[in-house]
Amino acid sequence: MTILAKHGAYKVAYDALREQGVDPLNVRFDSVLSPTEGILNGRRTILIGTHNYLGLTFDPDCIEKAVEATRSQGTGTTGSRVANGNYDGHLRLEKALAEFYGRDHAMVFSTGYQANLGVLSTLVGRGDHLLLDADSHASIYDGSRLGHAEVIRFRHNNPDDLYKRLRRLAGAPGDRLIVVEGIYSMMGDTAPLKEIAAVKRETGAYLLVDEAHSLGVLGDTGRGLAEAAGVEQDVDFIVGTFSKSLGSVGGFCVSNSPDFDVMRIVCRPYMFTASLPPSVIASTLQALVKLRSEPSLRVDLMRNARRFYDGLAAMGFQTGPEANPIIAVTMPDQQTAVTFWKMLMESGLYLNLALPPATPTNAPLLRTSVSAAHTVQQIDTALAIFADVGRRLGMLTADRRRAGASS
Amino acid sequence: MRENHQLALVETRTDPGSRLVRDEVAAVFEQVLGHPVQITDDTDIVEDLGMDSLGVMNFVMAIEDFYDISIPLDRIAQVQTVGDLVHAVEELRGGASA
Repeated sequence: MTILAKHGAYKVAYDALREQGVDPLNVRFDSVLSPTEGILNGRRTILIGTHNYLGLTFDPDCIEKAVEATRSQGTGTTGSRVANGNYDGHLRLEKALAEFYGRDHAMVFSTGYQANLGVLSTLVGRGDHLLLDADSHASIYDGSRLGHAEVIRFRHNNPDDLYKRLRRLAGAPGDRLIVVEGIYSMMGDTAPLKEIAAVKRETGAYLLVDEAHSLGVLGDTGRGLAEAAGVEQDVDFIVGTFSKSLGSVGGFCVSNSPDFDVMRIVCRPYMFTASLPPSVIASTLQALVKLRSEPSLRVDLMRNARRFYDGLAAMGFQTGPEANPIIAVTMPDQQTAVTFWKMLMESGLYLNLALPPATPTNAPLLRTSVSAAHTVQQIDTALAIFADVGRRLGMLTADRRRAGASS
Repeated sequence: MRENHQLALVETRTDPGSRLVRDEVAAVFEQVLGHPVQITDDTDIVEDLGMDSLGVMNFVMAIEDFYDISIPLDRIAQVQTVGDLVHAVEELRGGASA
């Protein structure tokens, strides 16, 4: 018996997966060539599951800014902003984010995960109430445990259930904070934000939206779901990440809350971690400029999302409810999912194999995410590979029809 | 028959006794699982009833609707047996009516 033996059940499940010849938690790229291509097991592979929505990871200007910042300011800050002070870039990035969102305040965190840990555990505490969508990201659940608020889960994307739970709290002291996501990372569906904002107004709760997967994706100017749904005024706090559409790493929160800056002296995941290095800050600032100045990136992104979603649906695959850049294909069982995923990789297509309990239902998922940088030809190649593997496994609508007719 | 069952449940809700709460919990289990279950206070919800985490969540939400309560996550984490759940429900209902 070792101290880690308590996790034995996970190890058994993982080992069983590896015996099937796949190791989805330990994929190793020989090299990454571009936002949409890498070399995997010696083979040129299309990346269609890396959340690189605007394809900015290889943007020459972003790279140049990062190199320049490293040369002039060094490789890292070697500590927290509290201990080692702010670099000019940290402050400029916060100003740029606040300005982009039209909000008074912004705060930058070292990862998106830490942004949720920090913001959730600071906004609500003992005696307060945190209302989470049941399908919330792990960072939201973990943030809810770091604070001491009472955590209540409501049914996924169900404003009536949320309302009911807030009504049950009537008369109880303490603040209420509702947390939803712009685009949910497993199925690619958006929150019904208009309806949730109405519940918020009626019950006097605060509303936080995590736009990790919707920044640069939704809204006329790319601000996310709150902009797309026209309810930015009802959203008290927006949390997001630099690690998807902005192509780097880090997280942020923006708000109009007048005493927002008190977070800088009480929010532990902000205070007790090293701040982002100059290169990351510099490329992120440049990526934000690109996001704002090149709306055609969002047009390309949504064109690709629509094309891939419609293509998969036409073959009879079960996808999520909306044609957003995250497109998840539901698999009938784990064995099929694992085999399908392995065959896709052997055919030169990389995406995510998502298995329960990480998925919202008991079904395993093949989770894809398209990029503005995908060419139409790459999308069509990806569809052709899905069709080929689907056919070989007898899963296409046409195959099933034929099978039904002959029986 | 299902309607009669529901009526019986409504009647028992007036009595705060643990045994009755346990019977109500059993009825909700049967609704969620779709088949009859034999439970005692010592029944382990995950081990004995074979529920996965999603099943437990659906079941907890059904219990919450039935009693018009919300069971906070930290309370759910403490629940392992039917007896734990009955205790949590009683406490939360007591708190609500106080």
